[in-house]
Amino acid sequence: MISIRSIKKITAALVLVLVVCNMQIANAQTPSVQKVYATKTGQIFFNATGGAVAIAAVNNQVDSKFVDATGQIIFGVLVKGFKFENQLMEDHFNENYMESTQFPKADFKGYIKNIKEVNFTKDGTYPITIEGSLTIHGTAQKVSTNGTLQVAEGKPTITGEFSIKIKDYGIKGLYIGEKIANEAKIKVNCKYQN
Amino acid sequence: MFLRSLHLVLFTLLVTLSARAQNVDLFSEKTNATNSDFTTGTFKATRIINGQSIENVGAGVLDFRILHRFGPISDGGYNFFGLDQATMRIGLDYGLTDRLMIGIGRSTYQKQYDGFLKYKIIRQQQGQRNIPFSLSYASSFVYKSLHDAITTYTPYVSDKFSFSHQLLLASKVNDYFSLQLSPTLIHYNMVDTKTTPNDFYSLGVGFRQRVSKRVNITTEYYHRFNSLEGYKDPLSVGVDIETGGHVFQLHVSNSTGMTDRTFINETSGSWAKGDLRFGFNISRVFTVRKPKELRNIKW
Repeated sequence: MISIRSIKKITAALVLVLVVCNMQIANAQTPSVQKVYATKTGQIFFNATGGAVAIAAVNNQVDSKFVDATGQIIFGVLVKGFKFENQLMEDHFNENYMESTQFPKADFKGYIKNIKEVNFTKDGTYPITIEGSLTIHGTAQKVSTNGTLQVAEGKPTITGEFSIKIKDYGIKGLYIGEKIANEAKIKVNCKYQN
Repeated sequence: MFLRSLHLVLFTLLVTLSARAQNVDLFSEKTNATNSDFTTGTFKATRIINGQSIENVGAGVLDFRILHRFGPISDGGYNFFGLDQATMRIGLDYGLTDRLMIGIGRSTYQKQYDGFLKYKIIRQQQGQRNIPFSLSYASSFVYKSLHDAITTYTPYVSDKFSFSHQLLLASKVNDYFSLQLSPTLIHYNMVDTKTTPNDFYSLGVGFRQRVSKRVNITTEYYHRFNSLEGYKDPLSVGVDIETGGHVFQLHVSNSTGMTDRTFINETSGSWAKGDLRFGFNISRVFTVRKPKELRNIKW
């Protein structure tokens, strides 16, 4: 005969197995349901050369995340993290144009409109459209651009290029329209981790 | 017992399901600053006026500097208020790293050659770490190549060297105001008399006050704790004007010399008597070595 004690043992084991299974299912299903890809080492370049001297800079510490299910995407940078050809340009950029003490960050919040067309389990290059709001110098403007999302070994990389009018963001300065172009060309390159 | 276990299973199932159904909202998340935010532009140039400021030139940047000091304004109209005379120093500064810079120069005054190095020990920053001030060390030598008056003693080459050591403690209080203290030691390898000490101590004070985005007013004063006889404390007031790759510094000062030991210890002019001089520093920077982040970018 089976004793009451052994019944207790069996049910306890059963519960444990069920709980573990349940967690496993949850874990296994999360990626296909909703997954957040993130990086802290994305790159943003910009070029606003208007004259003979190159006005270009790079930031290698772009903080970005996106959700595969909704296409929601964010980018954030510290303005002071932009590296120029020389220190003096960097100082002028921060002090005279971006006013980085007052507006230390620039960010983008938006959506990858056609995220459903991307198959994250299959390596390949997918064209994407991103729309959202870009905040620079404390001023937000609508931005939309085309880019690509490349999946390699399950890791997505987003690249894109677009231009902004510097004056749209309330950035004032002596040389805008001369040594500094009216429009800045911006390039984004972010390789995400799972 | 069994029922209770079943409840537990159902409960965990519910919890995991509800967790899965919850949407991630990135917009409500805060993007984090991933690195420390170093304070820039405490002063607008690597010199406050004559003395070293807390600023360095960036890594790979060459700074060509021309310093000019006119004669005393008190000379009057005959010497066109000092503008007929001039002493100057030309120099080249270079940033080896973002923390270390070196420089060399030649002055017409006493036909001096000089060289210096400046190292950033602590950098003012916000973010991961909050440090409200910067600390640098600056050291320089001066070699006086002017021939001495002929005496019975033939000086050694080493006799013509003098050295200075400075700690620079600075804080950018806000965009409008910065302050610097510079405790200084100056050592002469040889002095004129036996009773004259070889080491001299002083404390420098410097300010920057912003007038507009591109114009700043600067003041620099050194108080000497022991001094060579007949010389005065140097006091200079100036204006820094930035234009693209240049920084112009215009000022009025009672000093003539442009090297550390000369302007701190051997300033002869007196503000009280109006022995003041106009002067200017012009700086033009060139990028010799691009930062490695920018080297591989194709447009």
